[in-house]
Order: sequence, then structure tokens, then C-alpha cells
Amino acid sequence: MSLEVDVDHVREHFRLTARFSSAPGITALFGRSGSGKSTLVDIIGGLVRPTRGRVAIDGQVLVDTERGLFVPKHRRRVGYVFQDSRLFPHLSVRNNLLYGRWFTRPDGGASGDLASVVKLLDIGPLLDRRPDSLSGGEKQRIAIGRALLAHPRLLLMDEPLASLDEARRAEILPYIERLRDDAGVPVVYVSHSVAEVAQLATTVVILTEGKVTAVGPVLDILPLADAGDAGGVLDATVARHDEAFQLTVLASDAGELQVPLLAAPVGAPVRAYIRARDVMISLRPPEEISALNVLAGRIASITPSANGAQADVRLDCNGAMLMARVTAKSVQRLALAAGRPVFAVIKSVSFERS
Amino acid sequence: MTAEEWTAVRLSLLVATTATAASLPLGIAVAWLLARGRFWGKSLVDTLVHLPLIMPPVVTGYLLLLTFGRRTPVGAFLADELGIVFSFRWTGAALACAVMGFPLLVRAVRLSIEAVDARLEAAAGTLGANPLWVFATVTLPLSLPGVIAGAILCFAKAMGEFGATITFVSNIPGETQTLPSLIYTLTQVPGGDAGALRLTLISIALSMLALLGSELLARRIGVRRTAVA
Repeated sequence: MSLEVDVDHVREHFRLTARFSSAPGITALFGRSGSGKSTLVDIIGGLVRPTRGRVAIDGQVLVDTERGLFVPKHRRRVGYVFQDSRLFPHLSVRNNLLYGRWFTRPDGGASGDLASVVKLLDIGPLLDRRPDSLSGGEKQRIAIGRALLAHPRLLLMDEPLASLDEARRAEILPYIERLRDDAGVPVVYVSHSVAEVAQLATTVVILTEGKVTAVGPVLDILPLADAGDAGGVLDATVARHDEAFQLTVLASDAGELQVPLLAAPVGAPVRAYIRARDVMISLRPPEEISALNVLAGRIASITPSANGAQADVRLDCNGAMLMARVTAKSVQRLALAAGRPVFAVIKSVSFERS
Repeated sequence: MTAEEWTAVRLSLLVATTATAASLPLGIAVAWLLARGRFWGKSLVDTLVHLPLIMPPVVTGYLLLLTFGRRTPVGAFLADELGIVFSFRWTGAALACAVMGFPLLVRAVRLSIEAVDARLEAAAGTLGANPLWVFATVTLPLSLPGVIAGAILCFAKAMGEFGATITFVSNIPGETQTLPSLIYTLTQVPGGDAGALRLTLISIALSMLALLGSELLARRIGVRRTAVA
């Protein structure tokens, strides 16, 4: 699957200019609210007609304003999971799931029959319920299933977890990963959460005030993201488990990391996400501290925050990029500068099996 | 009750049912156009639909007579080509009732279509449903209480319609003498009071039954139709 987008959209005081193409897997559209992410997925889904431009999937043109071409949304076979689930209140869960079956034939598109989708999303017990009796997390799983069963060539997800609390998010994320890994449907995923993007995305498109400011693989792009919980991503493998201390040791390019015991077997690939605010910088190898993880690296760049009080320090740890958020005072006190060798003290790591 | 009274009650029910059934599909279509459509002349259509509500019924009846009378071009065409005659027939009474009930029907249906969340319709579109299917499977089921309310209003209006009917198709016993027409006739003749009162009671009973029926239906559908966040 390849998605090509090259559009301009003007709406009152807002201008969106987006040009990117995406590879298989999950493409994250990342940016703050108001950056134009939702408008962009609406354009791909056919809910909004762009002022100018072209959208194509696998070479098949969905929109081309120059040629006056606009494929209406019901003929695009582009699934859409909305932030507010939008289940049909007058239909049972089962009939919500099967809604798309009335209109599409399962030719070529990914995903399978009802049974396999029910299994993928663990929604068997919900089939005979009515949508208004479901929790927020259950609703979103049904919405994902409903979109899948319409046999989409591409699935759009517009902040599907935004209306859920932390616990419900944790409940849904694994299903979206399964979707990526098992169902083989390419996904365009809108989010303003770095953690979600780090966990799910293959490719990241960063939108800032209506413009694409960066596109590329998640490991390269995410450290550039300007966000409250920015951070670095490390691809690692499980080296061994330390049962006595309930720890797992990971091996990565940057060095070994000790983390709370993971359920993954030895050798399993794991993606670790380290928030900038969880990283401290030390000029000398720190001794006698509680933090277990200290990685050696070199400062790649220092970006002061907008108000000048803090700075994001990018660290090159043997090729892997980490981020540390420190105060401007620390930058001055330690005379931090690009190229300087330092030690990153990591307070906590979040993970993701990949 | 006299045979004449029975005939009037039966005729009224036939006229009102026909009028409602005939205006329902067109009424839903017009309501949908007014609720969701964006086209040139929309306010003109809106005004035309509401005209019978505002004009004196006698004027509406007279306009119908001028349009569909046996010797007018439209009336002659319908009679000669399609075999449909409206003037001084019960079908004409049904037409007059349909025209008079139409604004009430459209208004109720339009309001309930406007209340349907357009985001659900967009979602149905992304699942492959073309606009007609979206209407049939999402919009219409969700606006059903309004459709029922509109149909009941239209039926009730048709049961009570007097001015336009008597102007357009007169007051012919057994053909166009509906319940209100007969009540009017009975009040004009000596000794007709008892009959007028009987019919008045029947009229009240029928209205209440219709209202009760619509309540029950709307409640049954309402249970299935709670909005989802």
C-alpha cells in the first residue's frame, strides 16, 4: 500500500499544506490540536474536499482537483474510526459490525470475516448488546471492528483514544498493535500523544500549524517532535531476565537497560520509549545513585524551549537518539554544548513490544 | 346512528387514510431536501410547502378547483389520459386533505431529520453506503418518531378538514360528505342537533385514539433510540 497526499486546503483563517507519501504499517499524523491533522484525514476519507491537490492510494486517484476528480467517500473503501466512535444507536453491536457488509464485497481488501474480527478485538460477548450499554473502550473496539469489516484498503483513525481515560487507553492499544501486526491493514493514525505514536507508528508525519514539518521513520522523527512529553525511542531486544530482582535486561545500541520484569521471551524485540523529562544529564559517570540505567553519549544539539526556561538536549548514544529536558540554568552551570560527552541518567522507561 | 352518519364516518376515514398515505413519501422526500439539501430556491420551496397552513382554507380549495377542475387543462389531462378525476369525487376530498395536512407532516419530519446526528450519516458513508442507503438505513430509522408524529398530525388534519374540501368538491352525501361536512349540514337543518352531537363525540374519540396510538408507537421506538455519545 502506498498513500500519496499533496493537498492545499484553505478554510477561513487556516491554511493546510500537506505533501507526503507513506509506507505500509501505521503512519502517524502527529501535531498539536489545531495543526490540521483531522482536516487532513477528512480529506483522505472524502469527508472534506480539498481546495487544491491530489490524493491517491496505490496509484488509484481519489482526488485530483486539476482533473476535477473526486471519488465520494462511499466508493473509496477507506475505513474511518472516529474519536467519538459514532456507532449507530438503533442497531445492535452485531448489526453495527456488519453494516459495511451490505455495501462492500470482500475483494482484495485486507481483514476478514466477522469471526476473525471478533477474535482479533475480543468482542464476542458484546455482540448482542446495544451500543449505549457499552463502555467507551468497548465502543471504540466495535468502531474499529465495524471499519475493518467494510474491507478497507486503508484505515483512518482520528485520535481513537482521545476520549478515553488512561486505563481504557491501555486496554485498546494492544488491539491496535494487533491490527498493525496481524490484520495487515495500513493505518493512518492521528494523535497528539508522543507515547501513542512511539508505541504504534512505523512512519511519522509531523504537522505544525497546517504544514508538514517532518516525515520519516518513527525512530528518526520522534525526537524532533515539539510536544509536552517528547522523548527518544530505542529499539532493543530482551537479553535476559533477572527473576530475583524482578527485572529484565535489554540490549540496545545505546547500551544495556534494566527495566521492570517484562513478559517477553529472551531475544524478543522491544521498543522502549524514554521521555525527555525522565532523563537527567551528568558530566561524570554518577556513582551511588538509585537509578539503574546510565547511558554514555554525546550531545547532538540543544534546543531552548519557547520561554527560555528549559532546553531539550538531544543525545547521541552510540547512534541511538535520546532526549533530555533540563533547565536553562543547568545548561549554563554544566556548560553543556554540542559535541560534549555526557552521561544520561534514566529515571523510567515505557515500553512496547514490537 | 343513521346510515348517513355511518357513511360520513367511513368516508372520512377513507379520505384521511388515503391523504396521509399519499403525502407520506413525498412529505419525507421534501422534508429531507429542506433539512439536508443545499440548493437554489430552498426558501421558495419552504414557503410553498407552508402556504396551505397560512392561507384561508377556502382559498386553497378554490385554487385546487381552478387547477384540478374537470374543465381546466390539468384536470382534463388527468381525466382523459390517466382516468383520474378529482372534482366532486372522494379522491378530490383526499387531495384537498393531503394538501392541507402536508405542511404539518413536512414540518414534523424535517425537525426530526435535522435532529439526526449528521456525523452518523458521514460514518455510514465511510462504510460504503451511498446517500440513498444512508438515508434508508440511518436517517429514516432515527427520525421515525418524527415521521409517525407527522403522519398522525396529517391524519388528524385530514379528519377535520372542512373549508378546502367543501370549496373544492362540495358536500355530496356518500361521495364527498365527510364528517365535518355532515356536522355542518346537520347544524343547518331543524332537529339535526342530536346527530351533530353524536358525530362530534365520534370525532373527539377518533382524535384521541390517533393521539394515543402515536404516543405508544413513539415510546416503543424511543426505547430503541437513545443517542450514543
